[in-house]
Amino acid sequence: MAGADGDDSLYPIAVLIDELRNEDVQLRLNSIKKLSTIALALGVERTRTELLPFLTDTIYDEDEVLLALAEQLGNFTMLVGGPEYVHCLLPPLESLATVEETVVRDKAVESLRKISQEHSPVDLEVHFEPLVKRLASGDWFTSRTSACGLFSVCYPRVSSTVKAEIRQHFRTLCSDDTPMVRRAAASKLGEFAKVLELDYVKSDIISLFTALASDEQDSVRLLAVEACVSIATLLPQEDLETLVMPTLRQAAEDKSWRVRYMVADKFSELQKAVGPEITKNDLVPAFQNLLKDCEAEVRSAAAKKVKEFCENLPEDSRETIIMTHILPCVKELVSDTSQHVKSALASVIMGLSTILGKDNTVEHLLPLFLAQLKDECPEVRLNIISNLDCVNEVIGIRQLSQSLLPAIVELAEDAKWRVRLAIIEYMPLLAGQLGVEFFDEKLNTLCMAWLIDHVYAIREAATCNLMKLVEKFGAEWAQNTIVPKVLGMANDPNYLHRMTTLFCINALSEACGQDITTKHMLPVVLKMSNDQVANVRFNVAKSLQKIGPVLDSNALQTEVKPVLEKLATDTDMDVKYFAQEAIRVLALA
Amino acid sequence: MEEESDTRKINNSFLRDQNYATEADIISTVEFNPSGELLATGDKGGRVVVFQREQETKSEPQRRGEYNVYSTFQSHEPEFDYLKSLEIEEKINKIRWLPQQNAAYFLLSTNDKTVKLWKISERDRRPEGYNLKDEDGRIRDPSTITSLQVPVLQPTDLMVEATARRVFSNAHTYNINSISVNSDLQTYISTDDLRVNLWNLEITDQSFNIVDIKPGNMEDLTEVITAAEFHPQQCNTLAYSSSRGSVRLCDTRKQALCDTHCKFFEEPEDPSTRSFFSEIISSISDIKFSHSGRFLMTRDYLTVKVWDLNMETRPVQTYQVHDYLRGKLSSLYENDCIFDKFECVWNGSDSVIMTGSYNNFFRMFDRNTKKDVTLEASRENSKPRAILKPRKVCVGGKRRKDEVTVDSLDFSKKILHSTWHPHENIIAVAASNNLYIFQDKVT
Repeated sequence: MAGADGDDSLYPIAVLIDELRNEDVQLRLNSIKKLSTIALALGVERTRTELLPFLTDTIYDEDEVLLALAEQLGNFTMLVGGPEYVHCLLPPLESLATVEETVVRDKAVESLRKISQEHSPVDLEVHFEPLVKRLASGDWFTSRTSACGLFSVCYPRVSSTVKAEIRQHFRTLCSDDTPMVRRAAASKLGEFAKVLELDYVKSDIISLFTALASDEQDSVRLLAVEACVSIATLLPQEDLETLVMPTLRQAAEDKSWRVRYMVADKFSELQKAVGPEITKNDLVPAFQNLLKDCEAEVRSAAAKKVKEFCENLPEDSRETIIMTHILPCVKELVSDTSQHVKSALASVIMGLSTILGKDNTVEHLLPLFLAQLKDECPEVRLNIISNLDCVNEVIGIRQLSQSLLPAIVELAEDAKWRVRLAIIEYMPLLAGQLGVEFFDEKLNTLCMAWLIDHVYAIREAATCNLMKLVEKFGAEWAQNTIVPKVLGMANDPNYLHRMTTLFCINALSEACGQDITTKHMLPVVLKMSNDQVANVRFNVAKSLQKIGPVLDSNALQTEVKPVLEKLATDTDMDVKYFAQEAIRVLALA
Repeated sequence: MEEESDTRKINNSFLRDQNYATEADIISTVEFNPSGELLATGDKGGRVVVFQREQETKSEPQRRGEYNVYSTFQSHEPEFDYLKSLEIEEKINKIRWLPQQNAAYFLLSTNDKTVKLWKISERDRRPEGYNLKDEDGRIRDPSTITSLQVPVLQPTDLMVEATARRVFSNAHTYNINSISVNSDLQTYISTDDLRVNLWNLEITDQSFNIVDIKPGNMEDLTEVITAAEFHPQQCNTLAYSSSRGSVRLCDTRKQALCDTHCKFFEEPEDPSTRSFFSEIISSISDIKFSHSGRFLMTRDYLTVKVWDLNMETRPVQTYQVHDYLRGKLSSLYENDCIFDKFECVWNGSDSVIMTGSYNNFFRMFDRNTKKDVTLEASRENSKPRAILKPRKVCVGGKRRKDEVTVDSLDFSKKILHSTWHPHENIIAVAASNNLYIFQDKVT
């Protein structure tokens, strides 16, 4: 390594190494991210004997540095000499797996899981498994929580004696003193169950699952619900009733709303896991109860699942179940006291129409849609409007249009600009569903009114909306309905409205095509180059740059070029700048 | 109170000289950690001082139990809220320790608006060996670098570092009066005059408002929240006290919002003692669940009450802290003392309770023997290993030797904050800028 050449190449690495302990976090972070470069320069031997021992003890550092380190070490196998030496990475990752910061610990566990695959079966038992045991029996709960995530990766690859030990360790952690560890164990229960032999699932996992599901801490119990899904998938149908259902039933009626919320939130997964028979007998009443729960959070979560639950019901009895059991609850939710519940329902309720078919939709769902369209909360109305397409397929939108219009108008004039913004975004969809005639008659005025809204975001969205409408209805429609109105605004006394004309032209020129742009829009833009407000003038320059590609070269040379050249000598700096920019981009110089 | 009369003062090494005491030095909270090995104080200057118990050594076994300064750090700085044109004091209102989770210690400290999570950790090694400079810090000529050196960690003097791990801010419109960590070790609550917010210890950008007693019209305001605490074992139970002398118990399992309580503890007022001051003195200044989780203690101006969680109608025990002040309420109102917020604590086995009074007196009540004692935290009797003498305030006309008359009590000296070691009979008492630590006779 000695000699003049070596010095040059060593220098950058020397800097990186020194910066591993620079006072500036950013520099340390930078060095850690280039750890592979350092390791390459040191070679596998020195990486193992010097770099890794140093890194093992640098757990005092900032979280972001540790996080980066934990991630790096997951990809370090080749840099320490390949799978044969991969176990050298265990000490630094072990110390990272015990720090108090959850994200760092999780990343260390992730990297450990990754490199566990690179261990030979022998190394796994000699090096990896002892580490898992050490973590599992550590003094601090941070190490024990980390252990929970490692059992499932080593279990399938070790001997049966070691397997028994691992099961024992997992069992111990499931009844740990601290809720943190029990939570970690509960969240890994499903994953661990998947790698276990079925007999052990039935004997070990089920008892642990039952215990965790009746833990005194509701934060533990709710995690057991998640495990329920994976466990139920693993067991044969005939065992579900005795092994899983008592616990699930208990969870659905848990005293704590957070546990019931979790059941509601995972309902579709649970439904798939337990199969159609149990769904019919058990889950339907449970779902009804969740829809009627006293806590609004639970009702919201359940309401969100209404469509999915109905869709996944067994086909033979789907309609009867929905009509007799689910729909009555849904009807009540439409007039719920909580707006979150109502809006959650509104975001899925339209989906029921495809499941129930035309007649039922008209008779039972339509009144609900109409009620929701009149709801006091704008979010509910918006959610209904945003899903109109589902209904359109089944019954056609005409049935709704009479109620739809007042709802749209009201939203369009809502005092909150975010609400107005939301409805604008649905305009192209509505236009497509309602057809051009209805649109011209009822909605066109609204779309034009938004162009002079006092909030910029609305004006901007309105121009974008016009573009989408033109894409939908065609250039001819544009020429007849919106272009005259847009161009009319060029003479508005308010300069903001005049600028809106320019923004609209920017958006529309491409969709309208060369003919309309040259004949109708260009003259207006050119005329505006004499505007007294500088902002308008430099926007003229920007507009010309934008619509230039749509125009033919004749128009560019004879009409655009002189105007831009004049603007390029404007007294205002910005106008000059944008005019020159346009000349450059359009290559008119 | 046999054991308590044997209480000894064992350490006064951190008494500050009264003459030089400034407002910022006044201790505003004091709290043992769950193992009792550490003791933290917060002061009006926003500082947190952590004391560590000396380990027993063969050479000096008697030194066991002495608490010495372990770490001092500035937890909060004075701030100014420009929107409300309001100064935010740096004073530490409360400190709560988290159960130990690794070699480091964690505590929550709060001022009026912001809660911070601090990590206190030790470091006894530092890296040595640079490539680009030598040990004296002189830069080396890059051309002389012929090999790479990886730094090596060498033992060094023990350093204790405090780092702010999380800052939980912008969630309180009113002043925070309590914080309490949940037994699930995942969440905690912070409480101000009108609201209780629930936080996840790992998430600083959102908290959930679980209790809100703010009326639609502030003119309808009849009470404020004075303190709140989680149950020591049941993660779903929390209690909060009000300025009207009642305590409400909430069950977080029932609903996301705990505006409706599930239990309401209040003693009906005795009409015969009703006076202008009744409402003020019934305001609860502190609540504490017993370690067993069975009882709840409340402190109002004149009494400490112990409630059985299963009986809402009246307390199971009521102890008079300084009933002799009942006749002096109007002068205590004049000098604002009537609004003093005294705290109260349980001993490790829930058999004795302690709370403060005036004249640097503090009171202990043995719940089993029904004996009580008044002790004094003063510089005069704070010599190391001195035995505390019980004090007496005389009420009648005749004053016996060693007794103090009510009129001679110094109302500027008060014991508002105190804490009891979780397992042993060691107490820490804050009196103005002084911290006194007393412990059971060393055997």
